[in-house]
Amino acid sequence: MRLFPQSLPDVLDRRVTGTGRLLLMAGALLIAGAIVLPLWQIHLVAPQYQEGLDMYIYSHKLVGGNEGQDITEINGLNHYIGMQAIQESDFTEMQWIPFALGVFVLLALRAAVFAKVSAVVDLTVLFVYFGAFSMYRFYYRLYTYSHTLDPRAPVDIDPFMPALIGKNQIANFTQYSFPREGSALLLLAIVCFVGAMWLSRPAHTSEA
Amino acid sequence: MRSRISQSLSFVLLLAFGLGLAGCGTESSSTGADGGAPASYVPPGEKDNYYLFYSGGHSGNVWVAGLPSLRMIQKIPVFTPAPGMGYGYTKETKEMMGEYTWGDVHHPGLSKTNGRYDGRWLFVNDNANNRIARISLRDFKTKQILGPIPNSMGNHGSSFVTPNTTYVLVATRFSVPLPKGTYAPVETYEENFNGIVSGVKVDSTTGEMSVGWQIKTPPFNWDLGSTGKGPSHGWAFWTSYNTEMAHDSLEINASQRDRDYAAFVNWKRAAEIVANGNAGTRNGVPFIDPAEHEGVMYYVPVSKSPHGIDASPSGRWIVASGKLQPTATVFDFKQVLTAIENKDFQGEFRGVPVINYESIVEGEVPVGQGPLHTQFDGEGNAYTSLYIESSVAKWKLPPWDEATAQDMSKAVVDKISVHYNVGHIVIGGSDTKDPYGEWLVAMNKLSKGRHISVGPSQPETSQLIDISGKEMKMVAEAYTPPEPHFAQVVHKDVINPVEVYEQENNTHPEAVWEQQNTGVKRTGPNEVTAHVIAKRSQYYPDEIEAQVGDTVIIHLTNIEQVSDMIHGFGIAEHNVNAIVDPGETKTMEFTVQKAGVFPFYCTNFCSALHQEMQGYLAVRPQ
Ligand SMILES: [Cu+2]
Repeated sequence: MRLFPQSLPDVLDRRVTGTGRLLLMAGALLIAGAIVLPLWQIHLVAPQYQEGLDMYIYSHKLVGGNEGQDITEINGLNHYIGMQAIQESDFTEMQWIPFALGVFVLLALRAAVFAKVSAVVDLTVLFVYFGAFSMYRFYYRLYTYSHTLDPRAPVDIDPFMPALIGKNQIANFTQYSFPREGSALLLLAIVCFVGAMWLSRPAHTSEA
Repeated sequence: MRSRISQSLSFVLLLAFGLGLAGCGTESSSTGADGGAPASYVPPGEKDNYYLFYSGGHSGNVWVAGLPSLRMIQKIPVFTPAPGMGYGYTKETKEMMGEYTWGDVHHPGLSKTNGRYDGRWLFVNDNANNRIARISLRDFKTKQILGPIPNSMGNHGSSFVTPNTTYVLVATRFSVPLPKGTYAPVETYEENFNGIVSGVKVDSTTGEMSVGWQIKTPPFNWDLGSTGKGPSHGWAFWTSYNTEMAHDSLEINASQRDRDYAAFVNWKRAAEIVANGNAGTRNGVPFIDPAEHEGVMYYVPVSKSPHGIDASPSGRWIVASGKLQPTATVFDFKQVLTAIENKDFQGEFRGVPVINYESIVEGEVPVGQGPLHTQFDGEGNAYTSLYIESSVAKWKLPPWDEATAQDMSKAVVDKISVHYNVGHIVIGGSDTKDPYGEWLVAMNKLSKGRHISVGPSQPETSQLIDISGKEMKMVAEAYTPPEPHFAQVVHKDVINPVEVYEQENNTHPEAVWEQQNTGVKRTGPNEVTAHVIAKRSQYYPDEIEAQVGDTVIIHLTNIEQVSDMIHGFGIAEHNVNAIVDPGETKTMEFTVQKAGVFPFYCTNFCSALHQEMQGYLAVRPQ
C-alpha cells in the first residue's frame, strides 16, 4: 500500500465519474441558492422585546426584522452604550461576497464540465478558505462594533464579544446568533465537492 | 466589578423599556371556573376576547375595557381634553373640539357591514352640544366631530348605525324654536318649538359624516332609538316622552298620558325625498316636513313614557319599554308593514298617521318595575334592564306557545339582581344579526356601599353576568368614573389596530424625519416655526428662541417606529402638552406672552434617559 501523499498525483489526474459530475453541478446550484438566502441571523430577546429583534445577514444585504424596523431599533438601543450604528453600507464584504460566490458557481460548473479531480480539489480548497475568511470577517465585524464604543455614551459598558454562534447575555438582552439556510447550502456544497472527490478515488483493486 | 456594571446596566435598560408589554399570552378561556377563579378571570399575560366600549357620559370620553375581565385598558378622548394623550392641547385637536371643552357621550355605535360589526369606526353622540363624533378603530383616535348639528338640540337619541353604516341616526331630546337662535317665549312651546330626527350620512370609504336629512317633529322629547334590519331594514325607531308637550315641571306634566308615541321612520324614504330634490332646506341641511311626504314617518303608541326601543336580531320584533309601566311591549314589524299598507290607523298627529296599536302589538311582557333597555342573545331570548327593581329580566321572544300567549308572565324565564339601579345593559352584537350571547354587562347608576369608600363622589358599577347558561350568573363587578350610559361589545378579531404610524403613511405636511431637516426659523414678523423630532431620548433641536408677542408654531414628529414608544412635549407655564405616538406628527401653536427661559420636556416616560429628554424655550423681551 502506497502512502497517500505518494498516490496524490495519480488521484489528481483521475477524472470525475458521472455521479461525481452531478454532485459538482448540484454544488454549483447550492452556492447559487446561497447568494439569495439569508446566511446568518442574530436574534435579540429582552423582557420588553419578547417577540425579539432580528437581523438577517445575506451575502449582499443586511435586513432587519419587522420590515427593517428592527435594525433601527437595535441602533436606537445601541446608541445608549455608544455603539456605532450598524448599517449595510459599512459591510464592504457585501459588495464582493456575492461576486465571489458567483465565481465559485462558475468554478464548480467548470469542474463538472472538465471533470478533473484536480479542479475539484482546487475548488474545494479555495471555497473552504473563502468560507473561513468570511467567518473571520463576520467575527471581526462583531468584534469591532462591540469594542469601538463612544466613551461619551450615556451608559458605560465594558467592551464585550457577542456570540458568533450560540447565545450570549448582554445586559438585559439575550443574544442568539446562528446560521441560516444560505450557510447550510454552502456547507452542503462542500459536502458535494468532497463527495465528488470520494467517488473518484482509485478503485479497490488499486489498493491491493 | 463587571457583574455590578452589567447589573446596573440591565437595571437602566429595564427601566428604559420597563413599560413594555409582554403581550405574548395565549387565548384566555372564558368558560369554566376551575380552581375557584371566576369564569371571567383573565390571568396576567393573557388577553380578553372582547372589546367593551363604554360611553363616558359627561366625562366626554369613551373608555375601552376588556371582556370578560372588565379591566380598563384605555381612554379615548373625544369631546374633553385629555392631557395624558395631548388631546385638546394641539392645533389639530383644538380645532376639532371647537369652542367646547366637554361633551356628554351616551350611546356608542359600531359601524357595520351587512348587519355585522366591521371594526372600522365607533360613533358617539354629544347630548350637550348636539354633536356626533367618529373614532377610527384603526388607531382608536377621534377623527371627526360633526356639529353642533343644525336644528338639533339635545343629541341624545343617537348613535344608531344602519346595517351598512349608510347613516348614523340622531334625534333631539330637547325642542327649541327653529332655526336655533330664534327666540320664543317658553309658554308658546306647543306652537313654536320643534324637535327633529336626522340621518347623518357616512361616506363609506372615508367615514366622513355630513347631515343627510332631517325630519321635523312636534316638540316631543325623543329618547332612545335603534335601527331595523331584515323585514325592518330601512327603518329606524325612537321612543319619546312628553307627547303632552309640557314645557315645565316635566316630571309631572310629561307623565300624564298612558301612552306616548314612538316614531317609526322610513329612512330610505327620507333619503329618496332628498335625492329627488323634494326636501326643503333649513340652516343648509335637507329638511322634511313629514305631513307633506307620505310614508316617511308613523307614530306608534307605546306604554307610558317609554325609554328603550330595540329591534331583535331578526329585525321582526321591536321591543319598547315604558319606564312607568312594568311591561316590555313587543311589536311585530310584519304587522306594522301590513297596517301601513291597509292604512290601519287610529288617527293622526300633525299630519302623521298613528298606527293602530292593537293591529301591531304581539304582546306585553310583564318584565318588572322600571323597564328601560332590551338586549338580545341571538338564541331567542331578550334581556330587559329594570331600573326600579335593580334587576335584569330574561324573557322569551315570540313566537310564544298558547299558554304563554294567555299568560305573558310565563315568557319571563329568569331574573337577576344588580347593584343598583341599572340603566343600560349590553350584550355583544345585540344590535347586529348575530349577537355573541355570552356575556351581559349591566351598567348600574348607583354603586353605594359596594366598594371601599371614596367619599361623596361615587363611581358607577359595571356588573358582568354570564348568560351562556339557562340561568343568569353574576360573575364580576368593576367601577368606572361617571358615567357609562351604553356600551358596545365586539370580538377582538373584528378589530385590527395599528400600533405604529408607519413613516410612509404620515401625511402631516410638516413632518420631518431627519435631524438635518429640523430647526427653528422666523417665519413672520411675529411668528417662529420649529420643526422638531423626538426620539429616545432627545429632541432635535432642543432649543427654541422667540420674542415676547411671537406666535410659536412647533411641528413635532416622533420618529420612533416601534410599539409603545410614545413621547410627550410639555412646556412649563404655557399650558401646552402634546403627546406624539410612534410615527405621528402634531402641531402646537401658542403665543408667548412673558420673557424668560421655559423648559420643555418629555411628559410620557420613554426610556432610561427620559428625564434627560428636555430643552428650552428661550423668550427674549420685546
Ligand atoms: Cu420621551
